[in-house]
Amino acid sequence: MSETLLSVRDLRVAFPTRQGVFEAVRGVSFDLGRERLGVVGESGSGKSMTGRAILGLVRPPGKVTADRLTLDGQSILNLPERKMRAIRGSHISMVMQDPKFSLNPVVKIGDQIMEAYRLHAGRGSGNARDKALEMLAAVQIRDPERVMDAYPHEVSGGMGQRIMIAMMLAPDPEILIADEPTSALDVSVRTEVLNIMDRLVRDRGMGLIFISHDLNLVAQFCDRVLIMYAGRIVETIEAKNLHNARHPYTQGLLNSLPRLDQPVKHLPVLERQDSWRDAPLIDESMETELPGGL
Amino acid sequence: MLTVEGLDVWFGYPPDRVDAVQDASFTVAQGESFGLVGESGSGKSTILRAIAGLIDTWSGRIVVDDQQVEGRRRDRAFHKTVQMVFQDPYASLHPRHSVDRVLSETLKLQGMDDIDRRVQRLLDDVGLGRGFRFRYPHQLSGGQRQRVAIARALAAEPRLLLLDEPTSALDVSVQAEILNLMTDLRAEHGLTYVMVSHDLAVVGHMCDRLAVMQGGRIVEVMKVEDLRQGAASEAYTKSLIEASAGYVRA
Amino acid sequence: MSIAEETPQSRRDWLLSDAPTTRRQARLGAMYQGWLTFRGNKLAMFGLVILILLIAMAIFAPWLSPQSPFSQNLTDRLQPPSAAHWLGTDHLGRDILSRLIHGSRITLFIVGTVALIAPIIGLFIGTVAGFAGGWVDQVLMRITDIFLAFPKLILALAFVAALGPSIGNAVLALALTAWPPYARLARAETLTIRNADFIAAARLQGAGPLRLLIGHIWPLCISSLIVRVALDMAGIILSAAGLGFLGLGAQPPMPEWGAMISDGRTYILDFWWVAAMPGIAIFVVSLAFNLLGDGLRDVLDPKGAKE
Repeated sequence: MSETLLSVRDLRVAFPTRQGVFEAVRGVSFDLGRERLGVVGESGSGKSMTGRAILGLVRPPGKVTADRLTLDGQSILNLPERKMRAIRGSHISMVMQDPKFSLNPVVKIGDQIMEAYRLHAGRGSGNARDKALEMLAAVQIRDPERVMDAYPHEVSGGMGQRIMIAMMLAPDPEILIADEPTSALDVSVRTEVLNIMDRLVRDRGMGLIFISHDLNLVAQFCDRVLIMYAGRIVETIEAKNLHNARHPYTQGLLNSLPRLDQPVKHLPVLERQDSWRDAPLIDESMETELPGGL
Repeated sequence: MLTVEGLDVWFGYPPDRVDAVQDASFTVAQGESFGLVGESGSGKSTILRAIAGLIDTWSGRIVVDDQQVEGRRRDRAFHKTVQMVFQDPYASLHPRHSVDRVLSETLKLQGMDDIDRRVQRLLDDVGLGRGFRFRYPHQLSGGQRQRVAIARALAAEPRLLLLDEPTSALDVSVQAEILNLMTDLRAEHGLTYVMVSHDLAVVGHMCDRLAVMQGGRIVEVMKVEDLRQGAASEAYTKSLIEASAGYVRA
Repeated sequence: MSIAEETPQSRRDWLLSDAPTTRRQARLGAMYQGWLTFRGNKLAMFGLVILILLIAMAIFAPWLSPQSPFSQNLTDRLQPPSAAHWLGTDHLGRDILSRLIHGSRITLFIVGTVALIAPIIGLFIGTVAGFAGGWVDQVLMRITDIFLAFPKLILALAFVAALGPSIGNAVLALALTAWPPYARLARAETLTIRNADFIAAARLQGAGPLRLLIGHIWPLCISSLIVRVALDMAGIILSAAGLGFLGLGAQPPMPEWGAMISDGRTYILDFWWVAAMPGIAIFVVSLAFNLLGDGLRDVLDPKGAKE
């Protein structure tokens, strides 16, 4: 793995409820380099909350704590909102699941991208327009001039998502957190959006955190995968080895997918075990890096 | 069991008229499980809604159990024959009605007696225990809600179930449970399924035959065996199968 | 001893159980959850306490009031607040405190009746319009628009002028002018609910329009209406007071708060308390309803609640 962009140690997100404190994320640790890091898990596993916590987007009364949460060696844990806003966008950007809710419906797309760019670069407007056009072209929008003057409801879901990515990339962030960026898209559009993100990681050396529930997609798209269960990482594994995962939870998830090439009458059902909640992490890289004798 | 012939469905009036489905025809035999596959906007859910009588702007012929239906009007016999399970279990249950209320109201509407026992039976059928009977939707997980929705559909003891993406809002492990449940229920009650999905693997798992839709038209009707072998005759179907297989780095 | 300590705890668990075993437990549990949310809002609790005190005051008025609200004593007229008359006396020498206490009955009567009639008319018209759509919707909404086109108090004035001034007619006039916003609100809610999957599912079971309206749509509209009513209460009290002030509501010698302010206005510069005391009473009760409405919104209408 290349240099570490983002380092997270023992990240916890807790929400006080009537029944006591609910921990949505319970001690997550990982390092992100210039790579595509997949985070998979079921709903409620804390994968989205991890992304939000890194960006300081956990709303009160939610509390974020960590031993370490550093971006390029600088702590970004619980920064005041004003400083966090400077980091969001210029250093870390986020793409949400549904572009419909992330774009302002009454502002032209071009204006929104230029606004995003200007906020972080603080340069002249002519420059911003060029940059916006360039970004739209970078996300493979064929007619950027026309799209600049369109309103969000005038574009399709796939194009909306590409525009979101363009907007997030305008200020040239080092890290992109994509929370289920393709779940609302059709399969044919999905490939395009993924290609764009893939190229950005390769060409710009960005770090990508790709949050998804789709194991197959993550296995094919990412370099490394964290599997989350009940607020913890239960296994980290090279994406290409995902299908040989060792944790019973990961195996269970993989098996429960229907497959066209292997018809069965009944799908295997995941039997959850309480021990998974607190069992130690299965980390493939640790085992491969450390000789067995140690 | 179900025949659809030359079905057109449209929304709005000219010049803003949108033709959601154009000239769709297919038949589903008694006891068969038939899939409708396509991307969003292809009109697959619209067909189900037209059959169920939730849309009245359609033309063509829909014959259910040898009875031709018209517009939005459906008689009691239709509701006893055809039921539907919706995509989003968070939207298909009334937020202020408990499971008990949902099921017993349904049973009453269907003119059933011995409601107390039947509610219990339905809950057992869909694998929810006694403890769930008096819960409200917000006390249930997505999978449990979808089980309640299935129980509601089964209450009428229908023979044809229209399934509108019944698992697309659920986690894969829960999807497996629900799909298994539907497989079992079909075998047990001799049900006929028409299942809409964007997921080829799910349709491949559940159905015998499927129709592939694009832009409101049915491009191809094929057997699931052919789908498994990738033996599609239309280019669109082939591209769909390829895209569903997963992401291949460009 | 130990049992006494454990019982409340287990009752709480019973109420908060995620798996209720009877219909009653489920219903009580849902209500208890709501109560806990409400209780968390300090200001709303404050409003509730004031309103409970107001209701208690109305019920026990004859025992609480130191003197008769009607007995005049012209030698004691326009006395400032003192030990004998805590809030002073008015221009006929009547004890203002006693009049305020008895006046709470009238206030509650007005508010209660309007709060019962207006939202029910509004709910009915709004949901029918929203659910039926088409020309029914057009006709009902245009009627609503006509009512909305006039300022509320002017319309109420016109009604009372036509019907003759009395407390009953004032209430009727207020109710008739207060329903249009509720109809609007109920229609808007209905439009969002109408196409929900759970309505489609009920239709597929063969549920008729009446059943859908009453059993499925009303329960979802009622909560936002209740919130709106509680927030509007203050306005209703003020309108009632306004009518009283103009002499079109409660007739003398009834101790209606608005009429009392009206009586005091002649002396407002030299004997401020005559008008100020009922004014403060109106202010406090209006505030209490507003706070209560805010709390109810947290409980009943999570969408509108503050983050």
